[in-house]
Amino acid sequence: MDRSLPVWPDVKVLVDDPSRQARFEQVVLPHLNAAYNLARWLTRNEHDAEDVVQEATLRALRFFGGFHGHDGRTWLLAIVRNTCYDWLRRNRPAELHSAGDHVETPEDTVLKRADRLRLREALDALPLAWREVLILRELEQLSYKEIADVVGIKIGTVMSRLARARAQLQQRVLHRNEESAR
Amino acid sequence: VNCDEARTLLHGYLDDEIDLVRHLEIEEHLRTCEGCSRAYGEQVALRSALQAEDLYFKAPSRLERRVRAVVRDSARTPWAGAVAAAAAAVVLGMLIAPMLFRPSSSERIADDIASAHIRSLMPGHLTDVPSSEQHTVKPWFAGKLDFSPAVVDLSGEGFPLVGGRLDYAAGRPVAALVYRRQAHLINLFVWPSSSTSEVAATADVRQGYNLLHWARGQTNYWVISDLNAAELGQFARLVQDRLASAPAK
Repeated sequence: MDRSLPVWPDVKVLVDDPSRQARFEQVVLPHLNAAYNLARWLTRNEHDAEDVVQEATLRALRFFGGFHGHDGRTWLLAIVRNTCYDWLRRNRPAELHSAGDHVETPEDTVLKRADRLRLREALDALPLAWREVLILRELEQLSYKEIADVVGIKIGTVMSRLARARAQLQQRVLHRNEESAR
Repeated sequence: VNCDEARTLLHGYLDDEIDLVRHLEIEEHLRTCEGCSRAYGEQVALRSALQAEDLYFKAPSRLERRVRAVVRDSARTPWAGAVAAAAAAVVLGMLIAPMLFRPSSSERIADDIASAHIRSLMPGHLTDVPSSEQHTVKPWFAGKLDFSPAVVDLSGEGFPLVGGRLDYAAGRPVAALVYRRQAHLINLFVWPSSSTSEVAATADVRQGYNLLHWARGQTNYWVISDLNAAELGQFARLVQDRLASAPAK
């Protein structure tokens, strides 16, 4: 080979690098709230969420060499999300298959009032695949591209998934309101 | 735009994630369609309700302590260094292997590709067949090349096709397919390979442009753009996926 090897900074990170730990903390700790929030919404339990974040940190440490420094939040969220799925697969496998592909069309009623508890409950009740895109979009304000990266779907799928998630969320909120009005 | 499409697209509109043309179409549709306009209003209300509520869970402070402890422990664990070194060896191997097996001419090809890309950006040189239709671009190459390049449509993923062009690289005529990512033009060069061995995607930089190349199914692929490496990688993956799922030969 006539040219020298290109420099791959990440490899250096993996090998004995005393500042690696500090750099890792710099990348991960600022996004701890985002990591916890996602884990909390996906596991729906605070203790499980903490365990998942701890496990995700271990994984993140292991994969830190593959992190190319574009966006620590998206990178970490993807790991947290996968850790959540693995955790659910082990502990609550039924939830993974509760993907409601059956959606009723949203009724033409205006969302009048959504009190705090109802919205929270309605979000909690959404199937996992829809809950996660809503959390990433509405609470984490990720772009479609970032959501696609975290969830591992095509950008084109993000919008249709959000459309269905929002339609169902809206219906759930309305439904509860109607029930309680009776 | 019909109502069915609008009911999905209004979410892209709400999130400001659709291109200008779509944006204007939806705006027009919402002006004229009462049902969709109401649906949009409901979504705006739902969003403000979501944002008005305190739904965000902040990490408890003990979690930060736990995470810091995990990081510290990982540094102390005696085998952590060995694992890291092994991982580094694997990563290095993965990086070097494709380079070792890369034909020695690949440096020269990368230069060719960069020159062709820069030439294509000069006025009037971008396309011989300007079209966003894969079914227009693909047949255009018939009779001009000794192979028929697969042309994939990635407009749904935000990489619309701009057109096709004949070009010359690696000492032979090649197909150049032009895609766009917002304001960034991407040239995808395609030509048949004499070798059946596959080459994993390899990144390179020439004159400030990001390059990626890979070989699969007896075909060489080179992409080049001023687009950032991450999105160019995404583009390459999409091309690979699409070709793998629907070989257009």
